Amino acid sequence: MGNLFLASLIDGLLIGFVYGIAAMGLSLIWGVMDVINLAHAPLMALGMFGVYLLFSSIGLNPYLALILIALIGLIGGVAIYYIAIHRVLSAPPLSTLLATYAVNMIMIGLGTAAFSTTPRNVNFTLGSIGSGDLTVQSTRLVAAVVATVVTGGLYFFLYRTRPGKNIRAVANNRAAAELMGIPSSRVLALSFGLGTLLAAVSGGLIATFFPFTILAGNAYQLKSFVIVVMGGLGNPLGALAGGLILGVMEGLIPIILPNSWVPVLEFILFVIILLVRPTGLFGAKK
Amino acid sequence: MKQLKNIGLWVSLLAVIVLGIGPIVSRSPSLRESIFIILQVIVLAASLNILLGFTGYVSFGHVVFFGLGGYVGLYLISVQNWPLWSAALAGGLTSGLLAFLLGKAILRLRGAYFALATIGINEAVRAFVNNFDPFGGPIGMTLNFKVYSNYGGAANALWMTYYVILALALLAVILNFVIKNSKFGLGLMAIREDEDAAEVMGVVTPDAKTWAFVLSAILPGIIGALFFFKNGNIEPGDAFRLDYSIEMLVIVMLGGQGSVLGPILGAAGYEGLRDFLLTSPLFKNIQLSVAGALLLVIVLFIPAGAVGWLRKRVPILRKVLA
Repeated sequence: MGNLFLASLIDGLLIGFVYGIAAMGLSLIWGVMDVINLAHAPLMALGMFGVYLLFSSIGLNPYLALILIALIGLIGGVAIYYIAIHRVLSAPPLSTLLATYAVNMIMIGLGTAAFSTTPRNVNFTLGSIGSGDLTVQSTRLVAAVVATVVTGGLYFFLYRTRPGKNIRAVANNRAAAELMGIPSSRVLALSFGLGTLLAAVSGGLIATFFPFTILAGNAYQLKSFVIVVMGGLGNPLGALAGGLILGVMEGLIPIILPNSWVPVLEFILFVIILLVRPTGLFGAKK
Repeated sequence: MKQLKNIGLWVSLLAVIVLGIGPIVSRSPSLRESIFIILQVIVLAASLNILLGFTGYVSFGHVVFFGLGGYVGLYLISVQNWPLWSAALAGGLTSGLLAFLLGKAILRLRGAYFALATIGINEAVRAFVNNFDPFGGPIGMTLNFKVYSNYGGAANALWMTYYVILALALLAVILNFVIKNSKFGLGLMAIREDEDAAEVMGVVTPDAKTWAFVLSAILPGIIGALFFFKNGNIEPGDAFRLDYSIEMLVIVMLGGQGSVLGPILGAAGYEGLRDFLLTSPLFKNIQLSVAGALLLVIVLFIPAGAVGWLRKRVPILRKVLA
């Protein structure tokens, strides 16, 4: 029992890191421009398919593929921003929700036509570490390490570099930032690109240990909502903490209740946090 | 009864009747099925319009009321042997009750927080029903075919549900019109424009918002029971489809939020477009993408929807389009 508990806890924590960076992408975009990105799901799915295609066609190591996918995600996100978001940024919130949902529909439509909805998996393994009940798949361990490195990189970028500081300034007060000479629309585009990058990378990491379809992103997008609200909308580090909490919940709840009760508890917790502490457990921006 | 002279109401009612009369005249079951879907969407979109268009609250999980009504209705029909009519009514009232209980709590949240909470509620209810054995858990419930014999056989039952949904579509239009032209509706629109100012001006905003939420939940609940009775079976995945919720938002937006005619135009336009895309050899495989691209163009360039755009461009129509 003790070993089972420990193994579930570790599994949950490791998954939690990956959930965390997926949610961080959503949280960053929300924090900087008050947009809930409903295109998060297909972006994660494209990250999954990116790893899958690069691995199965040219045999590229999934972790090297991630670098390429991150780059494509960044550029793609900037493009999405200029095409779909920029015009409606100051319109009522429904407009940005619908604009990102339209992007979602376009991508899912094309993705379904190209890849169909049959499940795929990346046939890649690194073996496992530990023995007996206490074994951990190495791909999950590496994924958690990559997620930590990505988080560290994001924080270094936001706090130590000029473009990162610009992003924080625009998030804090767009008008004031513009008066200080910060090109706000370029900064917003960069933030959307970074959010997309995080979505794609987290999708790519998930693909190394779970099977997936083009629609697989939806479940993770919903989880990301829960995590972002737990961590506080617009607080990226809170998102990582929220991801760990959710991962641990998913690891531990099945010990006492059937697996299918996990989402019930997750979403009830989600609604309660929204009602009682809408700024999240760790405080939102402002 | 000055409002009965309002041309806008009659134009909207006429639009629904013109749409709904086709199957009755031609007696064609296939036409009836496609018009049924459009009428259903009109009722759902018009209900959502009360909250979205008049009050300015974006409910992303509105399908929860449709699904819950369907589940309660089907449970009462198949397990408790209730007749369809009382079961559908019970479905509607259950949805209204859920909206009332949730309303005071989640309507305190504004903007995106409210939208997220409604998604959370839909997913929580879906996950719960998935585990709830009286409702059949993940398998759902299937009606015994014999149930239809109480209504003169399956074919007859289908026609009957069609007449009911046509009546409900007319009712939804009237409800929208009455709310829009009432003091209550003015209060809602004041909330939409500026909630704090509305409160200062004497609108009891928590009550007004809750009643708007309840009114927007009852008809979807009835429709849910009706639809799944016609369908013969219900599963959690079909009943609480988040996509369907978002489609309703798109339809209200297409037609023009906050107008009476908007949901009708939006529903007919959207469903017509989808039929065209699904059957056209060129777009069949990427119909979702084409629909998404169109949505994007509308959101970016015609944010007021069809009715808003027409009213702005053609001043004569302002009197005609409610």
